[in-house]
Amino acid sequence: MTATTEARPPALPSTLRLGYERTRYEARLFFRERDAVIFIFAYPIIMLAIFATVFGQDDAAIEIGDTTIPFAQYFLPGMVATGVMLSSFQNLAISIAVERDEGGLKRLRATPLPPASYFVGKVGQVLVTSLVQTALLLAVAALAFDVPMPSDAQSWLTLTWVFLLGTATGAVCGVGFSSLPRSGRSASAVITPIVLVLQFISGVFFQFDQLPSWMQQIASVFPLKWMAQGMRSVFLPSEAEALETGGSWQHAATAAVLIAWLVVGLVVGVRTFRWRRRDDG
Amino acid sequence: MRKAYGEKQAVDGLDLVVGRGEIVAVLGPNGAGKTTTVEILEGFRSRDGGDVRVLGEDPARAGRAWRSRIGVVLQGTNDLAEATVGELVHHFATYYPGARDADEVIDLVGLREKVRTRARQLSGGQRRRLDVALGIVGRPELVFLDEPTTGFDPQARRSFWDLVTNLREDGATVLLTTHYLEEAEHLADRVVVVRDGQVVAEGPPATLGGRTARQAVVRWHDEHGEHEQRTDTPTEVVGELGARYGEVPGLQVLRPTLEDVYLSLIGADEKPAVPTTSDEHDNEPTTTPTGAGR
Repeated sequence: MTATTEARPPALPSTLRLGYERTRYEARLFFRERDAVIFIFAYPIIMLAIFATVFGQDDAAIEIGDTTIPFAQYFLPGMVATGVMLSSFQNLAISIAVERDEGGLKRLRATPLPPASYFVGKVGQVLVTSLVQTALLLAVAALAFDVPMPSDAQSWLTLTWVFLLGTATGAVCGVGFSSLPRSGRSASAVITPIVLVLQFISGVFFQFDQLPSWMQQIASVFPLKWMAQGMRSVFLPSEAEALETGGSWQHAATAAVLIAWLVVGLVVGVRTFRWRRRDDG
Repeated sequence: MRKAYGEKQAVDGLDLVVGRGEIVAVLGPNGAGKTTTVEILEGFRSRDGGDVRVLGEDPARAGRAWRSRIGVVLQGTNDLAEATVGELVHHFATYYPGARDADEVIDLVGLREKVRTRARQLSGGQRRRLDVALGIVGRPELVFLDEPTTGFDPQARRSFWDLVTNLREDGATVLLTTHYLEEAEHLADRVVVVRDGQVVAEGPPATLGGRTARQAVVRWHDEHGEHEQRTDTPTEVVGELGARYGEVPGLQVLRPTLEDVYLSLIGADEKPAVPTTSDEHDNEPTTTPTGAGR
């Protein structure tokens, strides 16, 4: 087997190639974690079904002048935004905290796997799962609840950039937050309430314009409100723009807030990331 | 090599040389500094002082190429729950240049029947074999095994030892920490006993502790009670006793076991400790941490 004479040691596999290997591995394993599949992947779809059914009884709808928006259509953008946040932020914050606690990160640190490949794998897994999740959510909305899909290229473009920027921001913040729980066991207990509160104050479960204005202002600090607003601009008719703060979809502000969190998350994440548990030397 | 945690000097001027192809066992009580030492050598922890070279590089600064030449089996972890044995070994093989064939490694560690089993469902011994598989799939020149058989039943331990012996036959150097004297005796070319962050003795298991610690003890009793004599020449002593008593009452000739020697070395026993170093090592050193500035 080692008959090669004086051969130069074979080159280390490239960072990208290993990022691809990690993505495949992580995506496959994600779907084996029952908790993750229910509370991260299926959650927005289940919630959409419940909300659309409960609030949409007797064809109840939101009326803006002459335009009526069925509840299923009104809640869809918030659920898409929630799905992106769960798949990126909640997923990574919990899974990395658990991996750190169980020694999985330490094991990887002892191998020649480049840290960049590990993170490429995480982001790749998030992209794969949230794409499938969003596609399923849209399919359920369109097929089961007759929610009209956007017909113009402009809306699909908006969907794309809000989805991608939201996913990136959520992933980076998830990595940053993964250092917060003291153990893997407490990770869900620490991260889930943060996500739940954001969902309630960001207009995912309620009509955002009907929340108290102080609550709207708090929500405006965080990315989820902006992601939901961006998604509303995609799925709601233009008449609904009048319900938004200042009567505008505020795309520029959405991009600015998401990018700000992306940068802050990146800086905090790089500074706080640990391969080992806190109590491990 | 030195390392302190707050007031506690965990590693206090520890010297260790491991030659290429050797199996060296580091023994010591809990808190002696074994794991700290090994984790400094693996590049996980920084050191406060001293010079460390592992495969010619300082582990604190070594990069991917160096990591591809070592294999690390950590103390028990409980990660990787939902992945199967086959998936894991094949996946980890992609990290390394010139990795072993993943299926060969699975055969080598005896997990062929478990190839489709998820890591969560493996028994403790099988789980540890998986850890070893992941540690050696990159064809490492140097393998670190940190307490690899803790919690094994005797049969699992035996087959694990065979696995380690196979590694050596493949040309790997093995640095092993263990609580089990029997394990060190069975596997190691050389045993290093660590106490309070220092090496208190080292040598092949058969001669550890030097001659005095290895003296035979001749015991017998007569009407004055129990007698005990330490000697290098038990046959002669027994001969004299035979001349005196005829049939010597309650005659016993005892050779100290590695465990007796070890216990005296770590001071767990009131017998005088006799720390001595034996044997020259003229092998090419692969790891040479040396204590500095004591």
